[in-house]
Amino acid sequence: MLSKKNKEALFNPLSKDNPVLVQILGICSTLAVTANLEPAIVMGISVTVVLAFSNVIISLIRNSIPSTIRIIVQLVVVAALVIIVQQFLVAFSYDVSKQLSVFIGLIITNCILMGRLEAFALNNTPWSSFLDGIGNGLGYSIILVIVAFFRELLGSGTIFGFQVIPQWCYDHGYENNGLMILPPMALITVACIIWYHRAHNTDLQEK
Amino acid sequence: MKALRNYMNKIKPHFQEGGKLSKLGSVYDGMETFLFTPNTTSSSGVHIHDGSDMKRTMTTVIIALLPCLLFGMYNIGLQHFLAIGQPDESAMSMFVFGLLALLPVIVVSYVVGLGIEFISAQIHHTEIQEGFLVTGLLIPLIVPINTPLWMTAVATAFAVIFAKEVFGGTGMNIFNVALITRAVLFFSYPSKMSGDEAFVKLDSAFGYGGGTVADTFTGATPLGQVATTVGDSLSLTGVDGNAITTFDAFMGTIAGSPGETSMVCILIGALILLITGVASWRVMLSVFVGGFAMATLANALPSATYPASMLDPVAQLCFGGFAFAAVFMATDPVTGARTNTGQYIYGFLIGVIAMLIRTYNSGYPEGAMLAVLLMNAFAPLIDHCVVSSNIKRRARRALNK
Repeated sequence: MLSKKNKEALFNPLSKDNPVLVQILGICSTLAVTANLEPAIVMGISVTVVLAFSNVIISLIRNSIPSTIRIIVQLVVVAALVIIVQQFLVAFSYDVSKQLSVFIGLIITNCILMGRLEAFALNNTPWSSFLDGIGNGLGYSIILVIVAFFRELLGSGTIFGFQVIPQWCYDHGYENNGLMILPPMALITVACIIWYHRAHNTDLQEK
Repeated sequence: MKALRNYMNKIKPHFQEGGKLSKLGSVYDGMETFLFTPNTTSSSGVHIHDGSDMKRTMTTVIIALLPCLLFGMYNIGLQHFLAIGQPDESAMSMFVFGLLALLPVIVVSYVVGLGIEFISAQIHHTEIQEGFLVTGLLIPLIVPINTPLWMTAVATAFAVIFAKEVFGGTGMNIFNVALITRAVLFFSYPSKMSGDEAFVKLDSAFGYGGGTVADTFTGATPLGQVATTVGDSLSLTGVDGNAITTFDAFMGTIAGSPGETSMVCILIGALILLITGVASWRVMLSVFVGGFAMATLANALPSATYPASMLDPVAQLCFGGFAFAAVFMATDPVTGARTNTGQYIYGFLIGVIAMLIRTYNSGYPEGAMLAVLLMNAFAPLIDHCVVSSNIKRRARRALNK
């Protein structure tokens, strides 16, 4: 079940081969949906689901896809899965789907998906592809959650919409940092995480 | 002086490699070159050998800033006593009030900024660089006086770390650090950075001053009033409710950030910078030309939709932070263009964009900060184009012979 290779496929993307921190993929949605924790988590789950199942499907039919049209086939598969996720969200958590607006639809263009399909699913068995999809999806979600945590805490003073910075602070002159809500701070927060990550994984540092 | 030199020499071994305080070597080095002319000059290549180093250059800028600083202190007091209806206070007590009000900001700015520079120098085992000497004084001059100190501290730390240290420290930054500090404050805490309550200190400073605010009080800066004007005519008032003229703005007795109000003091500073050759006259001149040109154009097509277009060009140059940005921000040699032609283009565009933002973007009453930051980003591109067009021109000339 979990051979060494499968373990690597599942756990490497969490840190050593993280899609956001190391491969620098999926930055656009990291900027767009991380102002609050709730949409960030929903986005993370959605990407993980789409990535895992599109990996499995592409891996199942990998031997019958003509390589000349493989990108189109991949897009069709991903688009179908994204539409299912989108409809699911509209049905069961309408508010969050409103907040995420176009970004669920834009999962189709998320670089992580095409990257994993091309680099992994086309050459590996469905089971390892599934684990790879889960691993990369989780690696992406972790970063989203960390970024969203800091942005929501410093930008709105809340966590999951609950006030965590006490009123006492506001009475004594504390104010929420409006810049944290704006997209540039998502980029800088990601940069800080990359900074920390590289500092602790010296083998990742470029010469 | 001699005793100091001897003392410095005596304690030097402790700070050198192997000494018990070698970790603080950069602090010693910083102090030594601050007190005495460095006795090392460059030995290779073609250089003009001179005792001047970055510290001397920075000190010159500090001296050029002093008129703005001192007048800024007086003006803080003046605006305060006008606001509480005691315009007859003596100039001295106004100055003392301003000193007490501004001093904490200066201390916070220097402690936070230099603290980060010291820590960074110790971590990287490099010399402490002097770049923050000027930045630390610019920050209090361009931040509204009522900004809470902790906000200034947060923004200063952010700017020094993310606009300077990550790029490699002094001389390597792409954007002007002082302006980044202001931009961070501006976008993080917009309610503290504009409007009626930002620019005039109403409460007492360490128990000095303070009183009941007069009924006629309006705290908005002239440009703030312009931006919210409705109708076909402008009427600008000072904090005491009396009308103000362009001459008041030229002298500097209006509400605004501490350093930016007085055109006279800024021009004295400009003179010092130009005589000592520290700042580029090309940049300074072309910023004013660009601003004047754009303001004239806007004024030629006045409309009630964009109230700032009703200001005449001279008033546009005198109000707000435009002149301060032109003299002290745009001329920053690190973040600006370096080629001569490039400096004309760079400065001219700063002037044009500053007026463009000021006049046609109602969200920002003042555009000088954003214009300088924007052109900071383009300065390397301008230089690149100037250099490569020069190469092409000379190549063509050589081939045509």
